[in-house]
Amino acid sequence: MSDARRDPDELLRRVTEEERRAKRGKLVVFFGAAPGVGKTYAMLEAARTERDLKRDVVIGLVETHGRYETGALVIGLEMLPRRKTEIRGVTVTDFDIDAALARRPGLILMDELAHTNAPGSRHAKRWQDVEELLDAGIDVYTTLNVQHLESVNDVVAQVTGVIVRETVPDRILEDAAELRLVDLPPDELLERLQEGKVYVPDQAERALQNFFRKGNLIALRELALRRTAERVDAQMRTYRTEHGIERVWPAGERILVGVSPSPSSARLLRATRRLAALGHSPWMAIYVETPAALRLGAEDRRRVAENLRLAQQLGAETATILGERAAEEMLRYARSHNVTRIVVGKPTHPRWRDLLSLSFLEEMVRSSEGIDVYVISGDDIEAPRSRGEPPPEAPFRPEAYAAGAFVVALTTAISWFAFGRDRLADVVMVYLLGIIVVATRLGYGPSIAATVLSVLLVDFFFVPPYFSFAVSDFQHIVTFGVMFVVAVVVAGLTERIRLQARAAAVREERTASLYDLTRELASTRATGPLALVAARHLHDVFDAKVALFLSDAEETLLPLATGEHSFVPDMKERAVLEWAWANDKPAGLSTDTLPAAAAIYLPLHEARGRVGMLGISPTDRDRFLDPEQRGQLDVFASQVASALERAHLAENAHKAQLDIEAERLRSALLSSISHDLRTPLAVITGAASALIEPNPALADAARRDLQETIYEEATRLNRLVHNLLDMTKIASGAIKVNKEWQPLEEVVGAVLSRTESLLRNHVVEVKLPSDLPLVPIDAVLIEQVLINLLENVAKYTPKGSHVTLSAKQEAGTVVVELADDGPGIPPEYEDKIFEKFYRLPREREGGGAGLGLAICRGIVTAHGGRIWAENRRSGGAVFRFTIPIEGTPPTLTGEEGK
Amino acid sequence: MTTPTPTPSLSILLIEDEPQMRRFLRGSLATIDCKLTEASTGAEGLAAASTHTPDIILLDLGLPDIDGLEVTRRLREWTKVPIIVLSARGQDADKVAALDAGADDYLTKPFSLPELKARIRVAARHAATAGEKEESVFVASDLRVDLGNRVVTLGAREVRLTPVEYKLLVTLVRHAGRVMTYQQLLKEVWGPRFATQKQYLHVYVGHLRSKLEADPTRPRFLLTEPGVGYRFKAE
Repeated sequence: MSDARRDPDELLRRVTEEERRAKRGKLVVFFGAAPGVGKTYAMLEAARTERDLKRDVVIGLVETHGRYETGALVIGLEMLPRRKTEIRGVTVTDFDIDAALARRPGLILMDELAHTNAPGSRHAKRWQDVEELLDAGIDVYTTLNVQHLESVNDVVAQVTGVIVRETVPDRILEDAAELRLVDLPPDELLERLQEGKVYVPDQAERALQNFFRKGNLIALRELALRRTAERVDAQMRTYRTEHGIERVWPAGERILVGVSPSPSSARLLRATRRLAALGHSPWMAIYVETPAALRLGAEDRRRVAENLRLAQQLGAETATILGERAAEEMLRYARSHNVTRIVVGKPTHPRWRDLLSLSFLEEMVRSSEGIDVYVISGDDIEAPRSRGEPPPEAPFRPEAYAAGAFVVALTTAISWFAFGRDRLADVVMVYLLGIIVVATRLGYGPSIAATVLSVLLVDFFFVPPYFSFAVSDFQHIVTFGVMFVVAVVVAGLTERIRLQARAAAVREERTASLYDLTRELASTRATGPLALVAARHLHDVFDAKVALFLSDAEETLLPLATGEHSFVPDMKERAVLEWAWANDKPAGLSTDTLPAAAAIYLPLHEARGRVGMLGISPTDRDRFLDPEQRGQLDVFASQVASALERAHLAENAHKAQLDIEAERLRSALLSSISHDLRTPLAVITGAASALIEPNPALADAARRDLQETIYEEATRLNRLVHNLLDMTKIASGAIKVNKEWQPLEEVVGAVLSRTESLLRNHVVEVKLPSDLPLVPIDAVLIEQVLINLLENVAKYTPKGSHVTLSAKQEAGTVVVELADDGPGIPPEYEDKIFEKFYRLPREREGGGAGLGLAICRGIVTAHGGRIWAENRRSGGAVFRFTIPIEGTPPTLTGEEGK
Repeated sequence: MTTPTPTPSLSILLIEDEPQMRRFLRGSLATIDCKLTEASTGAEGLAAASTHTPDIILLDLGLPDIDGLEVTRRLREWTKVPIIVLSARGQDADKVAALDAGADDYLTKPFSLPELKARIRVAARHAATAGEKEESVFVASDLRVDLGNRVVTLGAREVRLTPVEYKLLVTLVRHAGRVMTYQQLLKEVWGPRFATQKQYLHVYVGHLRSKLEADPTRPRFLLTEPGVGYRFKAE
């Protein structure tokens, strides 16, 4: 890719890639053309040199196959014990990755990179083990034969006729720090083979004899040499670019290839990969799911999935796209992704089909404009595909065919009675109508059957000689032919519309389910409810059990409750989960790592990092093998991740805000207490000292005034301390609400008697409807609320003001209202007055610590209610609070209550 | 209610650990004709109660050695002397427990001298009339309860009460001036099985108020002591 096209994301990716690489262990591949060239030997020798340089070298796994020279080199090197697994009574030994990770050597030797691990191992393939070791920062030496390389796999098969099943993705080789070619001329290799120096397993002897032909060896050697040369070339190029010597690629090539269910698609992918590797271009493989693709059988779907996976392994970016016409969608995708070349396979279908419709290739070439289209012999070795198999969604339904026949019979009857034999043109029209009805209602098969039946019946009833299938006039044969073709085309088109509708429905369903999830996640704030929402949607869409884990600050996974659709990973599953978390890769079911697990575990990624893990255990174990489903799961997971992250951030922000609040409170409390406690104390001390002092001049009236001052200030101080204690209780959550069902008037009565002296200069009116229900309240606390509110009224309204205390029942709550006709609350303070230590700016000295209303709010909130204040239109303020009526009031056994 | 008879030489025991509180009460009680004995711990108080046989005990709940509730229990093991509990805020539960354990009344600190005097008066009267035969007619302002004939009249009008309402009223009237805890009322009116069914009380007191009080939200007779119980206002 050229500098001009590098965007910041790309640069960032590179930087992180480099960082990752720096931490990663170094991989050295001993690369050879064929078994027996001496790779293992070379590797061991290199390892010994390293060991002599005081490096910590361990043999992870080396097969000496009993060869003397190789065996001699192993001596003196530490060897890791192998893992033993029992498989159907047979003990299999294999590489023990956990032991290797625990041992953490500086360098580990891993023979035969392409090896397939024993079942039950963590990874299916050894190269995956190697990747994990590298990720853990351990250097690895390994050996590889060219025929095991994914991209040349098919070439090898063509050349040698031997199909190699064990393959290694090319990127492993490309990411390797070093590639050491171990070369041996074919003649010498053959000689060694004859001397028995090459290990050949008995059962494969004949196949291998075939393999070790000189021609083959030459071809393989060429492949290996070329691969090595390509690598050197690439290194050279990288060097030049990095050092700004020249701009090698003026414009980056991007290559796109289509994936199909065809088995030959794999060949096409490999060819594209080679093409991409030559130019070091990024490449993409996409699968266009057309309406017709919905008819594909399970086998074909599986092959598409396999091919997409192969493309990924070969280093492609893959995508599945829904669309009407494959060519159109591919071109659209190509344009939006700056693709410069499109690779397609040579068509294999018979020529006549192109006459009926514009072929894929033709459409592609005609509309490709600036994009080069490469046609590669991809499909020429295509295996005969099973054609004409009934679409899985439309099984053979006899009743549909019977219904079709009935429609045709009806058409015959109508034609017979309406037109008779003379008006053949009209008759044919009526039959066509019948076929359209069948096609729209009953599907493709019945409509074709109806077409055939119609032609026969027209011949039988309406064409002379009547009541015979013989045709006398050639003209009628033409009529039949036209009728047949028209009917088939109509049936085909109708079927197509049906499929499109179905495809649209499927697409809509997918989008709708995602939309539902997103919408509900967006409206959920806290982590707990989010987990429940996510679990429910995941369960509904994927028919699976869900486990969600949130990471805390120390990167420890904490399970989130996911309700009824949850599963709890057992010890084994937990290990898979931990692996996925530690390695930050999906693991478990339907992945390459520990696929025997019951669930798939996905790290939940967000822009700023990892949030947690998602475990999902579908009822149908194969569900996530379908890349479509898997893709959708990934989309869901990312939605869940960002929702969780958002909730997490919100909670943190809330916490921070609370901290600030607490800090503000502390300082407010200090200033408030120091002021509010000292003022009355100062007054009391002063007045008392004046009284104690023997002062005959002090008149009785003045003496009495001082005494009253002391009493009033002491009362005020008492109230303040009282409020402070209450506030402390509320703030520390120590407030206990002791709810009892009782009539509100009882509390009101107690309040009125206690505030009698306070409100002696006010007119208090009480309006409690007689049908007010019992309310579940803590009488002592609600009394406090009412007293504080009334104290407020006494404080802020002039003498003679009217106060009305009323209550009414409203849907599930009782609303208590305290209205006055005083000066009201300054509008912007209606909410603020309920805050702790808040006092109105105009408030005169001695008003109190600003705790009364905060206590009210604390108590009402503890009751599950709400308190607020507003100004009345007629002047004055009104305070309202609600008491929810939860549960059922106790029934009274009444007079029999003995 | 008949006019209060002057209390001749009342003997009061004050069990209180705060010297300042003792000082305040000593000064205040000097204004009424009484003999005050002071104790600063629970143990001291219990000893003084047995040696001085006071007429009334003022008991602080927050004592350093034995808590006031326990003192109440031990006193009630052998004496019926009226106990007035002095509690600070935050001891509400203890206060109710002490009342249930047999204390006669309570005062929450800070309290005023008139309040204290009123409580002492009520306690003294109850103590004085404890052994005597009950009066058969109880009168408070225009309310008249004829215990012998089970007739309640308000002014000239007879008030019809259900049996439970009547029993509740009589229970409160018998202890007029004193606080009755929920538990005490429930036990006495409904029986021990119903000791926790407070809602009965709330509802029946509501019924009584609607029948006896001119304005049920500003009761003249049946006062609510929030969180504790009810009191029939005697004067």
